[in-house]
Amino acid sequence: MEIIDQGEGTLFTDPDPDKARFFFRNKDRKMVNKVMELKTAIAKFVHDGDYLGIGGFGANRTPVAACHEIVRQGRKNMGFAGHTSTHDMQILSAGEVYDRLDAAYVVGLEARGLSACSRRYLESGKVDITEWTNYGLTVRMKAAAQGVPYLPARNLMGTDTFRKSAARMAKCPFTGKKLVLLPALYPDVAVIHVHEADVYGNSRFKGIAVSDLDLASASKRLIITAERLISNEEIKRDPGSTDIPYYLVDAVCEVPYGAYPGTMPYEYFSDEDHLREWLSVDKDLDKFKEFLQRNIFDCKDHEDYIGLNGGLRKMRELRTKELLLQKED
Amino acid sequence: MAEYNEMEMMIAVASRELENGASVGVGTGAPCAAAMLAQKMNAPDLVIMFEAGGMSPHLPEMPISVGDSRTFYKAAMAGSMGDTMETCSRGFVDYTFLGGAQIDKYGNLNSTVIGDHLKPKVRLPGSGGANDFASFCWRMMVMTPQDKRRFVEKLDFLTTPGYLEGGDAREKSGLPEGTGPYKIITNMAVMDFEPETKRMRVISLNPGYSFQDVQDNCGFELLRLEKPEETRPPSDEELRILREEVDPYKYVIGR
Repeated sequence: MEIIDQGEGTLFTDPDPDKARFFFRNKDRKMVNKVMELKTAIAKFVHDGDYLGIGGFGANRTPVAACHEIVRQGRKNMGFAGHTSTHDMQILSAGEVYDRLDAAYVVGLEARGLSACSRRYLESGKVDITEWTNYGLTVRMKAAAQGVPYLPARNLMGTDTFRKSAARMAKCPFTGKKLVLLPALYPDVAVIHVHEADVYGNSRFKGIAVSDLDLASASKRLIITAERLISNEEIKRDPGSTDIPYYLVDAVCEVPYGAYPGTMPYEYFSDEDHLREWLSVDKDLDKFKEFLQRNIFDCKDHEDYIGLNGGLRKMRELRTKELLLQKED
Repeated sequence: MAEYNEMEMMIAVASRELENGASVGVGTGAPCAAAMLAQKMNAPDLVIMFEAGGMSPHLPEMPISVGDSRTFYKAAMAGSMGDTMETCSRGFVDYTFLGGAQIDKYGNLNSTVIGDHLKPKVRLPGSGGANDFASFCWRMMVMTPQDKRRFVEKLDFLTTPGYLEGGDAREKSGLPEGTGPYKIITNMAVMDFEPETKRMRVISLNPGYSFQDVQDNCGFELLRLEKPEETRPPSDEELRILREEVDPYKYVIGR
């Protein structure tokens, strides 16, 4: 196939499907109990230099507890898939965890505004950035999930987003039309937050999938954080509800309210006051340092963090909001 | 006629572009308010799609995020980003509303950086789903304040495609045929794109504004219809629905 154009950005990960196949060939399929503390899972499966993928969408069903733990353990020099990343990115930027970034949606918290901390870090010149689009990164994970080195799409064309990407452009062998070729993205490790998982890693979530099914399949290692553990009997009773099968999963961590202060569909709504606090203190370096010390480094785990920010009382308020109970007579 | 502010005006104008039975990819904020207003006024069967996977919801209130639970409340489907964007790529989605820090005369948008790419003055969110929506949907619309710093001769970064360099540049680039920017809705005017050059053209002026006002607040030379119409202000019914049902907490219209 004739390549007619090429982005000048860095390709941070190897799109070779055979290398990935050999990795997956050696991944254990045994149905063993994978339950562990989040601290242990991050220590065991998230390494300095790894390329990281984070599930959910910004501050929705995002594994916030895992992001805190990655920062708490001081991971550095990681690659990061900035796919629909908002508060997750803000946390990882606070820890200067990554230095290679595939940027699709970064630094913003949508309508809430831009994170000063994420901006500072990206504007510092310390991060190598390659541009993509949200769907562009989805397609890259989809290619990896399919075990092919790239997939074609019809976005990015004609733009600086293409010029600063690592995509290529070719002529379609069937129609002669121009196509953008998006290279497969195999993250070394990903974390996905779900509603329910059994001890083996069979996982279910409710509401939108975003790109998590492809992310789960594409990632070499996968940590599941779950609102609650359920029995394997329950999984077997209704296998049609399983979103992620156990053999993709390396660790299962029960983390109630693990997406707080983000939204978990049908469980709790986002804590907008606390997210506003993050956005306000991250403007001031000294205040932010103190804030991170209190909210991340001095916390043993996510339960400490929630305790610090309103505890169960706050969680009940957020549940009322999520379920729109205040609107019922 | 009731008093109204410029945001209410822009939302009402945008909502009228969405006919019944059409489909629209939206984000949060003003575009979402326009889609909700359309659904409650003239387009009860409007299919609203969110990039995170919410398909045809009946929004109980304004969402905060394009992925929060409201975006699939009483929806036809809680799908995935692939579901939404692939529906757009197949040619199924008529409209999308986008925004950006900068827009040029061909409707190209910048939401990536102000200044140099790797050492920028301001790093912005990047494309998100904007480049995807603008590449795939038939007609792209923008709601934005009329301001010289936004309407610029040259973008710092071309994140999201409009008509690129104008003329037939968009189709030559390989983007799907027959797609592109359609209407630009500001607090002062409504613009479309002249069919040959694909340059931005004023087609209607909001009450109280002249063509010169619009040109004075635009960093490039605008084309114009010889006699631009006067944009129809929001009706009492549009205002009532907007204020009571769409945005009672004034998240968007209070600004």
